[in-house]
Amino acid sequence: MTQVKSLADLRRIKENLQGKMSLREKSNDPESLVQIRVAMATCGIASGAKQVMEFFIEELDKRNIQAVITQTGCMGYCFAEPTVEITLPGQAPVVYGYVNEKKADDIIEKYIKNGELVEGIIPVNYETVQK
Amino acid sequence: MHVLVCGGTGCHASESDKLLSNLKTIVADKGLENDVQVIATGCFGFCEKGPIVKIMPDNTFYTQVKPDDAREIIEEHLIKGRKVNRLLYVNPENKEHISDSKHMGFYKKQLRIALRNCGFIDPENIDEYIAREGYEALGKCLTEMTPQQVIELMKKSGLRGRGGGGFPTGLKWEITSKSVSDVKYVVCNADEGDPGAFMDRSILEGDPHSVIEAMAICGYCIGASNGLVYIRAEYPLAIERLKTAIKQAREYGLLGNNILGTDFNFDIELRYGAGAFVCGEETALIHSMEGKRGEPTMKPPFPSVSGYFEKPTNVNNVETFANVPVIINKGADWFSSIGSEKSKGTKVFALAGKINNVGLIEVPMGTTLREVIYEIGGGIKDGKEFKAVQTGGPSGGCLTKKHLDTPIDYDNLLASGSMMGSGGMIVMDEDDCMVSVAKFYLEFTVEESCGKCTPCRIGNKRLHEILDKLTKGNGTLEDIDRLRNLSKVIKDTALCGLGQTSPNPVLSTIDNFMEEYIEHVTDKKCRAGRCKALMQYHILSENCVGCTACARNCPVNAISGERKGVHTINQEVCIKCGACIEKCKFNAVVIK
Repeated sequence: MTQVKSLADLRRIKENLQGKMSLREKSNDPESLVQIRVAMATCGIASGAKQVMEFFIEELDKRNIQAVITQTGCMGYCFAEPTVEITLPGQAPVVYGYVNEKKADDIIEKYIKNGELVEGIIPVNYETVQK
Repeated sequence: MHVLVCGGTGCHASESDKLLSNLKTIVADKGLENDVQVIATGCFGFCEKGPIVKIMPDNTFYTQVKPDDAREIIEEHLIKGRKVNRLLYVNPENKEHISDSKHMGFYKKQLRIALRNCGFIDPENIDEYIAREGYEALGKCLTEMTPQQVIELMKKSGLRGRGGGGFPTGLKWEITSKSVSDVKYVVCNADEGDPGAFMDRSILEGDPHSVIEAMAICGYCIGASNGLVYIRAEYPLAIERLKTAIKQAREYGLLGNNILGTDFNFDIELRYGAGAFVCGEETALIHSMEGKRGEPTMKPPFPSVSGYFEKPTNVNNVETFANVPVIINKGADWFSSIGSEKSKGTKVFALAGKINNVGLIEVPMGTTLREVIYEIGGGIKDGKEFKAVQTGGPSGGCLTKKHLDTPIDYDNLLASGSMMGSGGMIVMDEDDCMVSVAKFYLEFTVEESCGKCTPCRIGNKRLHEILDKLTKGNGTLEDIDRLRNLSKVIKDTALCGLGQTSPNPVLSTIDNFMEEYIEHVTDKKCRAGRCKALMQYHILSENCVGCTACARNCPVNAISGERKGVHTINQEVCIKCGACIEKCKFNAVVIK
């Protein structure tokens, strides 16, 4: 791994990374990647987020759907763990709560494949300082 | 097009299920199934105005929608494209209808600064942090600002310690920077001990780099090249993620020697706590890190003068640190424009207890309790009545109905007999007995007292005994006075913050719920039905059908009666476990 040598260096890396991320997010290509974020803080893991994440990884692979699956921290919706955020290409992210394997299967079949919403969406009700 | 209907508990109670089925039926009748999808969602948090219907993609937000409104929404909005004005949310300030939910104040209730990356980035990938302006603040400080300038900026921002005390962070940094020494330390206090608080854990698990970056900035300001994180061993995942983050930062040269090509060196090590509450107090924390018993010592000297191994040490809490990089990036004026007059920025609260949306929220200082509970928290569970919120953990107190509209900040909470603490909010309803709540916290303090000073070691034990006596129905009115007096003595004489604040739950419940204390003494009654010694189970003869379910399930055979005849409970034998009340299908068992 290369070392960051100066602030200018850091900014260059940042822009590179942002470019990569927005390329991923803004692509209009229907074949481009679905992004899945699983909230994997202690609360999420305790409610089964690990199994759900593994399920997504295995099943999306089996069903031949290209997706980026990453873990993230607590989204704050502890009452509805495990929580999963799905971003379809070119669309706003949608957060699903109480995701077990059955719900995950529903999400893959209905939402990811057909863009059809599945019950159990958690409405986002906050603003953040960084977009 | 999507029609989202809130299916949260609050909206469910106001017939959102019927509304949902009406919408679905009408959509089907009109043959719109292929174009319109009707779906139930989780709670919007805005239960006061429920049921809520949101139309996507135009973000129309309808409030207080009745099942009969379904047809109008579909015919007018979905088919003709005209919004149904009478169902739109009305801005309480200027009485205007707001059609686009993005302009609703309700969405602005929460502002995430400390939690900006939690639930968004992968905490184990430094690149995602950098992509979101990570380490930019550190770079700015090291190459464009002097330590004094950074300290001035922090002072101007008005950031105060988020661990509970609320000491101005910039000032703390300044004092430590002025202490002369060859070695200084930056310590991050991650010994989150308040029952019900978990924001520090969530930040470390969700965004560890923000804490690392802020610690390095602090090191630059005070002239320290060593950072220590004191974290409890019960947080294994937070420890693991923090370790990964430190390793990645070292690989990128963002920790170590000559950071970003400057002559600034800084590195971080972890120290584990064994989970003693008192070790959240900074002097006790420092002793624990030194390998000594986790006991507090008198201040002064303050850690900023003589701390870890008698070197100047700056101790800040996790959430405090998480705010720092944003303040540097966005400026002091931006930060101080958020919040109330004397408390700037936002505060993260862990909502727990009898509230629908248990979870982490971050709101600007000065938000009222009502907004937190009813507009973000989704209201009280099972539609019960709100009684109190316990803030500040064992050092804090209760806020009651009369405080619902008080803006929450450091000073208002203190004035209401509570304190900010680390931000745990335990919501209680009509089923909670306030004497028992005080007893619960005292039990905790007695358990966690380090035993060094007499007022805390013995005084709290006595407080607990008196409370125990009250909950068993053996108390006298003098006992209540005794509680008050003893509490004041402990507050005035205990050595550290733990002892000085431990009687707060007692004083605050006495102040706000005196009538409950008196009831426990004079009527031998606990209105919440929590104090077992003060209640009796009885079988109502008019409801009892003699099914024998209660008798068969009673673990101590206290219930007798013939099949198809009225049963009775032998009070001498009854252990008040409640098994009978659970099993009775005829509401024949009651608590008196």
